[in-house]
Amino acid sequence: MSTARNHRSPLSESPLVRRLLIGAALGFLFLFLVLPLLTVFIEGLRGGIVRYIQSVSEPDAVAAIKLTVIAAAIAVPCNLVFGLAASWAIAKFEFTGKNVLITFIDLPFSVSPVIAGLIYVLLFGAQGLLGPWLSAHDIQIVFAVPGIVLATIFVTFPFIARELIPLMQEQGTEDEEAARSLGAGGWQTFFRVTLPNVRWALLYGVLLCNARAMGEFGAVSVVSGHIRGLTNTMPLHVEILYNEYNFIAAFAVASVLAFLALVTLAIKSVLEWRHGGDISAARA
Amino acid sequence: MSAAVPPFVPEAARPLRAPVRAGAKRISFVKRSVLPGFGLSLGFTLFYLAFIVLIPLAAMGVKAAGLTWPEFIAATLSPRAIAAYKLSFGAALLAAAINAVFGLITAWVLVRYDFPFKRVIDAMVDLPFALPTAVAGIALAAIYAPNGWIGELAAPFKIAFTPWGVVIALTFIGLPFVVRTVQPVLQDLSREVEEAAASLGATRWQTFRRVIFPAIAPSLMTGYALSFARGLGEYGSVIFIAGNLPMISEIAPLLIIGKLEQYDYGGAAAIGVVMLAAAFIILLAINLLQRWARVRGGAA
Repeated sequence: MSTARNHRSPLSESPLVRRLLIGAALGFLFLFLVLPLLTVFIEGLRGGIVRYIQSVSEPDAVAAIKLTVIAAAIAVPCNLVFGLAASWAIAKFEFTGKNVLITFIDLPFSVSPVIAGLIYVLLFGAQGLLGPWLSAHDIQIVFAVPGIVLATIFVTFPFIARELIPLMQEQGTEDEEAARSLGAGGWQTFFRVTLPNVRWALLYGVLLCNARAMGEFGAVSVVSGHIRGLTNTMPLHVEILYNEYNFIAAFAVASVLAFLALVTLAIKSVLEWRHGGDISAARA
Repeated sequence: MSAAVPPFVPEAARPLRAPVRAGAKRISFVKRSVLPGFGLSLGFTLFYLAFIVLIPLAAMGVKAAGLTWPEFIAATLSPRAIAAYKLSFGAALLAAAINAVFGLITAWVLVRYDFPFKRVIDAMVDLPFALPTAVAGIALAAIYAPNGWIGELAAPFKIAFTPWGVVIALTFIGLPFVVRTVQPVLQDLSREVEEAAASLGATRWQTFRRVIFPAIAPSLMTGYALSFARGLGEYGSVIFIAGNLPMISEIAPLLIIGKLEQYDYGGAAAIGVVMLAAAFIILLAINLLQRWARVRGGAA
């Protein structure tokens, strides 16, 4: 930022104002970002490293970690396929109702996570619309793993699509048309031309999608039923431990999630710095 | 897999408002056959959208419609529900306002000034997007509890387990929105306009108020609205720090959980419908704001 070294007073603020503004921003960020993050690690390690390891390796914690990984491992690929299909249809073709479709795709972002869980309970729960039919066929969706996966898919629904759509719209269709005119088949065009063109944005979307999938609390909490060792994801396990006043274990498990968040941020930043232009110039 | 064209895709290949493609080639109805897979991709998109999002949301409407009017009113307008709406709205508005002020300062500082660790700090702004809300919730509760680091400093004044705790949690959750909407606009702002203002004798403050602020105002309001919308539905980070006392520190999403725990599915659906309607209105407002921001940005 060469502008920052610009000391001509009419185009920049006085050093005092500048320092005050930097101080205000850093103070705010320290209070709301750094302090909570530090707290998680400090509280988690308060009982010593042995307690820490015990807390994250006891059977219920391991089961929670496994379920979290399973939910993300299903939700992310589902939304990946959806994101590719949606962005192909929306970016490469013109059709009526496109804006409405885009709005609907964004919808899960504006819905409260609690509602995201609630809708599946209302649909698949014992008193839900499909409840009687499901129980007659002995299928359990809500308060079981399928419900957790569904809720996770819902809250992470737009992540990949909304990274891909603006980028693919910007890239237009010339590359694909060239490939087609040179005799490439549809899938060949897609895998050899389109996919490489959007690969960094795709990775970016997958990263954000995965972070949210592993960290989702509200929606999963509603559909989970909180059965220890069976339907508890890591965030739910944190809640149970916390409510049992087992603070050290709660913060220990939380610190694993916080570490995951930091790794996500690090990869995200590297992607932005190295491939910012390839992710999308039109990022909001 | 040649493009099987669904019936509702008629001749109206109307140009959308996207300015980028105005000069680029438009796909005419005939040319579309060059690129295959429209039917497959749109078909899958609509199928997936319907099954994951639209049908389950409609199920909530159906469940709520099963209530009689008095039942619906009783569920959605009980004194306890109204107190919860007030808290959710008030706390989300206040938190978004805090974020508007400090988010603007943060975006300004990140764009205009140099200081150590700027890149790391810039990356950290997205932490609330990446950190699971439950983790944020217990950390904030620990900090602002009466025996916590900051809770102790504020001693007679209680933050955690009061409505103020809700404001704190929602501020954390909404923090990135204002920064991330204002930052790119500030970055693209032409310095020449500022130079012109200065050369015409404007002080720095006048330049900011009359030249810079009007240019970033739409993005600031968009960020404010996004932050507010997020706060309205937030659950995970709030419940740990709020105390969750009915009538005092119980947020609207928690009402739904309460109804579900009593197996009052209809009541839960009714409150869900009210919250969804509120979310729709805000979404509409945000879209209008963004359109305004685009017009403003184009004119500048």
